[in-house]
Amino acid sequence: METPRDTSAPPSDPQPNQGAASAASHLAGSSPQRGRSSLSDGGNTGRRGDAIFKLASSGSGIALLVIMAAIAAFLTVRAVSAISADHGNFLTTSDWQTQADPITFGIAAIAIGTLISAVVAMVIAVPVALGIALFISHYAPRRIAQALGYVVDLLAAVPSIVFGLWGALFLVPHMIGVNAWLNQYFGWTYIFHQNEPGTQPRSLFTVGIVLAIMILPIITAVSREIFLQVPRAHEEAALALGATRWEMIRTAVIPFGRSGIISASMLGLGRALGETMAVATVLSPSYVINLHILDPAGSTIAQTIANQFGESQGTGRDALIAAGLVLFVITLLVNGAARLIIARRKEYSGADA
Amino acid sequence: MAKRIDVSGLNAYYGNFRAVEDISMTIEPRTVTAFIGPSGCGKSTFLRTLNRMHEVIPGARVEGKVMLDDENLYGANIDPVAVRRTVGMVFQRPNPFPTMSIKENVAAGLKLNGVRNKKVVDEAVERSLRGANLWNEVKDRLDKPGAGLSGGQQQRLCIARAIAVEPRVLLMDEPCSALDPISTLAIEDLIGQLKEQFTIVIVTHNMQQAARVSDRTAFFNLAGVGQPGRLIEIDSTEKIFSNPSVQATEDYISGRFG
Ligand SMILES: Nc1ncnc2c1ncn2[C@@H]1O[C@H](COP(=O)(O)OP(=O)(O)OP(=O)(O)O)[C@@H](O)[C@H]1O
Ligand SMILES: [Mg+2]
Repeated sequence: METPRDTSAPPSDPQPNQGAASAASHLAGSSPQRGRSSLSDGGNTGRRGDAIFKLASSGSGIALLVIMAAIAAFLTVRAVSAISADHGNFLTTSDWQTQADPITFGIAAIAIGTLISAVVAMVIAVPVALGIALFISHYAPRRIAQALGYVVDLLAAVPSIVFGLWGALFLVPHMIGVNAWLNQYFGWTYIFHQNEPGTQPRSLFTVGIVLAIMILPIITAVSREIFLQVPRAHEEAALALGATRWEMIRTAVIPFGRSGIISASMLGLGRALGETMAVATVLSPSYVINLHILDPAGSTIAQTIANQFGESQGTGRDALIAAGLVLFVITLLVNGAARLIIARRKEYSGADA
Repeated sequence: MAKRIDVSGLNAYYGNFRAVEDISMTIEPRTVTAFIGPSGCGKSTFLRTLNRMHEVIPGARVEGKVMLDDENLYGANIDPVAVRRTVGMVFQRPNPFPTMSIKENVAAGLKLNGVRNKKVVDEAVERSLRGANLWNEVKDRLDKPGAGLSGGQQQRLCIARAIAVEPRVLLMDEPCSALDPISTLAIEDLIGQLKEQFTIVIVTHNMQQAARVSDRTAFFNLAGVGQPGRLIEIDSTEKIFSNPSVQATEDYISGRFG
């Protein structure tokens, strides 16, 4: 079915031999200037730059490792010395008495307080953040999406002390009614039961809400980016099967973004676990384990360190270092768990499609 | 089961740009119709208006009528989602859901239709994979990711996914353009079998393929860059390839185009 092509046109280069000759003379001309065969003179071209770069990069890598190891060793030594001076069991004691005699302190209450406030924050923030991210990426008209995305990014830049002040001055008084309602209708769940209804809600629950607002922007921003990366082809595949928009999001967008959503949540969780200022401003600390999260009780590791550091000396400070190490371990464990979840379904991640 | 498509006075727009102008044609049930024409003449655009996929692109809209038997797809109270369940589509690039296994991919449409019964789903998965000539190759690894198949297998997986929901019409946009000759032949055989149940429309740049698989062929062309694409002629494949009534068709088919 093809017509024969016209092949009689002359070759475009009229004097191919001359072209080759000029190329050869060019090569020859460069040789005497260098004085030696270009293959053997490896020493003085770009190689020195390579060597310098290698030295600099491996040097700074090693320096970083050494500094890290030194910090870890320092912290561990101090923590161990504090724990051996402890008259209570460091893991199961709730109290934090580093000024008293005998010294008794343990991370039971503050570790649980840290986890509770972080869990509350995650339970509130993750669904809301995903909702906002999906709205921005798949529902909102472009202009609104842009404006909203901008606001979210702006929110991420607000210093945590500002959230803390807002929590203490605005949220705490307004939580009284909410707490009463939760206590009345959900008191049977145990966690929403109030031992003394009507107290100032400087509680882990209120802290959790403040933390939720703080981590919302980072989770939203990261998952929005993930949702925007879902290939159009996958979305169209779902739509062509007769999916509604929400069904398309459920079949194509969320599964594709799954590992990204987990990573985004982990970023948020890391911030919630380590947050100091906002917690310290809202919560009135007490070193007891109380799973009624509306009661003004409990404390977090970061808050304890911030509150006590100024007035502690010697073993007291070392005890705070031990608490800091525990926080570090908790964060590591949480991140490790998240990595495991992501790795388990790696072949389904869609990252290579 | 298969349905007749009757298009009249159809225009398709991207924003203010008219990509396809005033198309009218009839596509008979249980036939294969091939769309041919130069790149950019609006074949894909027109194809996507047949199951209302055109309008999922922001700013895109359609004017005109597409009758599926006696229902206008663009009628006032027609749900585009329902249209897409009746008129299935296979895309140029294989696009299995990367997060799903082979089986989940085939069952995805059933799941959207609310079919939960495990036995029904398993039967439909096997029937569709057999229908797509893929069953023997994948029956031992149904729970492996769909993205782990070869390109040709992925395309047949997409066909299985599309026919699992038992559409009345199947639209295929250059389904073989990314495939080797053997996979291409497998898919062409498949089209021959599928036309016993479905009305099939296929876009292709491969003249031999159009000649091999289709009963009727439609030639599209455009007057120039920035001009809308038009339907030049549609006739039996035999006639188009041996004795087309328009000179432009003959030029295009014989490679004297442009
Ligand atoms: N998403 C889009 N937005 C704007 N214009 C588009 C879009 N998709 C296609 N077009 C334009 O519409 C016209 C028809 O495109 P279409 O994809 O339908 O051509 P085609 O015949 O399928 O070409 P090909 O054979 O290369 O696939 C072209 O001018 C193209 O630039
Ligand atoms: Mg196309």
